[in-house]
Amino acid sequence: MSAEPRARTARAVRPRAAVLAEKALEAVIRLSGVSAIVFVAAIFFFVLREAAPVLFSEGFSLKQFLFSTEWYPTSATNVRYGTFALTVGTVSVTALAMVLAVPFGLGAAIFLSEFCSPRVRETLKVVIELLSAIPSVVWGFVGLTVMSKLIVSATGAPVGVNVLNGGIILALMSVPVIVSIGEDALKAVPDSFREAGVALGATRWQLVYRVLLPAAKNGLLAAVLLGVGRAVGETMAVLMATGHAVHIPGSLLDSVRTLTANIAAELGEAPSGSDHYRVLFLTGTLLFLITLVVNLTADFVVRGIRRK
Amino acid sequence: MTESPTPSANDIVKEVEVSGLRLAYGGKEVLHGISFDVYRNEILAVIGPAQSGKTSMLRCLNRTIDFTASASVSGSVKVGGEDVRKMSDVFALRRRIGMVAPLPTGLPLSIYDNVAFAPRCSGVTRKADLEPVVEKCLRQAALWDEVKDRLDSLGTALSGGQQQRLTIARALSHRPEILCLDEFSIAIDPVTTMRIEDVLKELREEITIILVTNLTQQARRLSDRTMFLLEGEIVEIDATDVIYSGDAKSEKTRDYVNGVFG
Repeated sequence: MSAEPRARTARAVRPRAAVLAEKALEAVIRLSGVSAIVFVAAIFFFVLREAAPVLFSEGFSLKQFLFSTEWYPTSATNVRYGTFALTVGTVSVTALAMVLAVPFGLGAAIFLSEFCSPRVRETLKVVIELLSAIPSVVWGFVGLTVMSKLIVSATGAPVGVNVLNGGIILALMSVPVIVSIGEDALKAVPDSFREAGVALGATRWQLVYRVLLPAAKNGLLAAVLLGVGRAVGETMAVLMATGHAVHIPGSLLDSVRTLTANIAAELGEAPSGSDHYRVLFLTGTLLFLITLVVNLTADFVVRGIRRK
Repeated sequence: MTESPTPSANDIVKEVEVSGLRLAYGGKEVLHGISFDVYRNEILAVIGPAQSGKTSMLRCLNRTIDFTASASVSGSVKVGGEDVRKMSDVFALRRRIGMVAPLPTGLPLSIYDNVAFAPRCSGVTRKADLEPVVEKCLRQAALWDEVKDRLDSLGTALSGGQQQRLTIARALSHRPEILCLDEFSIAIDPVTTMRIEDVLKELREEITIILVTNLTQQARRLSDRTMFLLEGEIVEIDATDVIYSGDAKSEKTRDYVNGVFG
């Protein structure tokens, strides 16, 4: 046919604009990817820049900062910046929150994804999303008033704002995160795995723990980690619910102060550029490093599992 | 529909008896009341174009159809003389039927755990009991020599053909009475397919095989009897020799096996 040679040449040329547009799009995508690294590095840099001068100042010791429990930033005679009690506060409240939130969160995720009817699932998902939308300061109210009274009347503790209170509040805040990410992870397991498991005679529960949990372990770990992140980073609710006492807790009913709550409460009082101000920024750096370590550990764990 | 003749009429045991099986998804009926038997230790090939209801029919056998909420089943399916829909322990039923899906689905577990899955589900957990089963099944599926040194590596990391043989090993691991293969060869190469076909010929001594396939020549090579399913109805079921000899009763069957349509 006579049209054939023309059609061939016409097909060979792609519009220049389309080629350029694709290149531009690729560049934009690359930029957004790289920007994540840039932002993290920049935040770390600026926080560290505010903190750095104190590292070299006289009378400051990093060892004391990390391992001393004496936090007297405004003492007239003997200023001491020891954050160990604050670190322990953060760790203890987070640990309790996770002990409560991980079983409930993963259990709810499994229930939503595998056991409940579609109607129940839709309702529950709306409720859980609502739960995660509650501002943290409102959780603080709940801790300060409702939970605190409950704890006092149930345990007879002198004060209701303590590790237990903060842990429960943080758990309530982390559960929605764990549930929604965990459910996504389970939903992402291909149905062919479910069918294969069922055809081999697995009961529903055997299917969950023999097939779905191993298949979704990375996603579930990510869900738990986001929950940990939420708990470590949470400030306002723990500030209100934990009692704000610089003190290594001896029991669940002791008041504590966390790293985040300490920064939030004192930064406004510390004169800009003072040692106190800089130490608070250093505390921020410490928090940053703690989350980094948690994430890296989890990453190694996941890799370990994957290699196996 | 034709009544199936009996090749050697004396010792035939009916392993599966299907009568008047109707299946509808929502309002749409996909199986229009089919009846057939599967004899013990035979290979029954089920051929037919896509959308004929072949896979749906298999899902009625092991009752995985229960998971499709919109499906409604009527008629009866008997396995070993017992109506599957009256069985109280559906999990035990599923262990009596090995099922191999069209695409290889290695579970995201180690090779060993893949094969040990079904025995574990049925309560066998001692290592000494599991190990011989795993080895035997992998040998039966002609996979043992390739994987015996790396039983703890991931099943999903195997090649497609190896995974399909792993799936077969897994389907054999609960010592099923019936093995159903649903177009097992569509994702694997011809050489591996021939190896698996040899495996199936050997397995016939021990179990009953239902082979759903799109490859009419595969059905011809392997099966004792062939059933031609078209649009949810059985066009013909007869000895494979008859179906492929050109003496098939239905013109549709002759056309289909000769590649005129389908």
